[in-house]
Formats: sequence, C-alpha cells, structure tokens
Amino acid sequence: MSNVDLIIYCGLITFFTRFSMIALLKKEMFNDRIREVLSYVPSAIFPAIIFPAIFLDNVGSILIEDNPKILAAFIAMIVGILTRNIIATIFSGLASYWILIFVV
Amino acid sequence: MSNFKIFIKGITDVSPLMIPVVPFGLIFGVFSTDLGFSPIMTMGMSIIIFGGASQIIFLQLISGGASSLVILSSVGAVNSRHLLYGAVMSEHLSDLKLTWKIIISYFLVDQAFASSNNFFKKYNNNNKYFHLLGGGVTCWTIWQTTTFLGIILGSFIPEKLGLSFAVPLTFLALLIDDFRKIINVIVIVTSGLIATLGFQIIPYKAYVIVAAISGLIMAFILTKFFKKNYE
Repeated sequence: MSNVDLIIYCGLITFFTRFSMIALLKKEMFNDRIREVLSYVPSAIFPAIIFPAIFLDNVGSILIEDNPKILAAFIAMIVGILTRNIIATIFSGLASYWILIFVV
Repeated sequence: MSNFKIFIKGITDVSPLMIPVVPFGLIFGVFSTDLGFSPIMTMGMSIIIFGGASQIIFLQLISGGASSLVILSSVGAVNSRHLLYGAVMSEHLSDLKLTWKIIISYFLVDQAFASSNNFFKKYNNNNKYFHLLGGGVTCWTIWQTTTFLGIILGSFIPEKLGLSFAVPLTFLALLIDDFRKIINVIVIVTSGLIATLGFQIIPYKAYVIVAAISGLIMAFILTKFFKKNYE
C-alpha cells in the first residue's frame, strides 16, 4: 500500500468511527460497564506513544542513564498535575529539555 | 435562536478548547516535515484524517516501518474512544438527514464533541446541530492553519532542538487530569511499560495495539475490583 492509500484508509477509519456513532449507535447499545471501560481509552493508548518516545533512543533501545527526556517529562508531569494547564505542561517540558541539553 | 446564531455560539463555546490544539497542530506539522513528508502529504493527512492522535500514531508507525495492517488497526484503536461519544451524541442527532450526519461526522473531533455536548444539555431545539457544526468548523480551521504553520516552522527549525520531544509532551499534557486518579495511573503505567519493553520484542510494530489492549484489560479488571470495594 502506498502512503497516499494509507492516509486515505486512515481517514476512512477515522471518519467511520465518528459516523457510526451518529448514524448507527443507539444509546442502549452500550451499558454503563462498557462505557466506563471505554472512558479509559486515552489512558490506555497515549502512554504507548509517550513512554517509548521518552525512554527509547533512536534505535529503539531502552536508555535510562544520561537521558534528559526522563527528567524533562517528569517536570512537565508535575507542572501538569499542579496547574492542570496543557500549554504550561508542554512548554515546561520543552524548556526543561532545552536547559538540560544546552545549558547543564 | 437562529441557525446562524447557534453556529456562532458553537464557535465561541469551542474557542477556549482551541488553545492546546495550536501547539499540537504546530508540532504535527514540524514532526511530519522532520520525518521527510512533503508539505502536500502533511496537509493531506490533516485534511483527510483530521484527527491529531491518529495522525501522530500514523507518522510514528509509518516512519518505524510498520505494516499497513498494524498502522490501520492502531489508528482504529486510537479512534475507538469516539465510540464512547456515540452513545451520547446519537440521541441528539438521530433526526438529522443522512447528508448532515455525514458532514457532521467529519467535523466531530474531541473538542467539538465536548463543547456541544454541554450545550445540548441546555438547549434542545431542532437546529442545535449548528452548534456542533460551528465548533467543528472552528477546530478544522485551527488544525489546518497550525499544520500549515508547523510545516513552515519545520523547514527551518534545526533538528538539534529536538522538537520531536514535544510529541510525547503533548500527549502527556492530554492526560494531566488522569494523573490524579489511581486507576488511570495504573492503566497509564501498564500501557507505557508494555509499549516500551515490547517496542523491540513485539513483532510488526504492534506495540501500540498490544499496550492499548493491555491497558484496557487492566482498566476492566480494576474498575470491577474497585466497584466491589464500594458495595
């Protein structure tokens, strides 16, 4: 499959999950239990992007020592928990990272 | 209220939610450019897929050499959260014509959903879907503009700055409310550890799916267990 085909298919998948919820789904189709579990989807999926991007190096090996991303992400998380502000979270993480790689 | 007024109300209601979308769109544009995607391909992704998390997963897996099947199923998994909204939205929009359902589905992103879902609780006239349209069109405009600006930024920001690190930070920022809840934290750590440890072991770059499913199973078990404790 070419990249263009893949983009189109991903677009269709995204569209149809949105469409199905308006056109096909009825409220009764989901009981409270399924709804409750589905509410954890972001917590279950986003870490699969977050953790490898922090803890793995360019070739995919785990890198703990001498890895400024870990401390920077930790600072961002603390700022996020304290401020509940998305922008502050992103920028505190980036700023810490830059300080760690360029200054320290 | 007239259709136009509701449309405008949709725009103003969703606007505060657009603040975090701005860096997300910029980062997507920069990241995609860094990975060597042309401006047309990058804009194409934002227009055709029009979903931040889906697009980032797509980029990450395609640049890691994942197979089509893995990419498509991972994007499907990311989108599964939309099914949750369906249960809520379908009752509000069930009377709409098919054409409108198709148009609105394209624009139904997280922020538009969140803002209109609040509005629908208070306002129940037939033309309420114009609110969702106003919110959706706003999200779309911001997303396309910031993608475009990100492409421009990405072409002259030095790679040394490590702006790709903004990708995990953005997703981290989307979870900040969840760090306060114990079940969420356990789910987050489970999924994160499995994705990291499984990155090289799990074949076909299926680590996103495997981690996500493990996280959901964990959520399923924990919510059951914690409920029992309450009773």
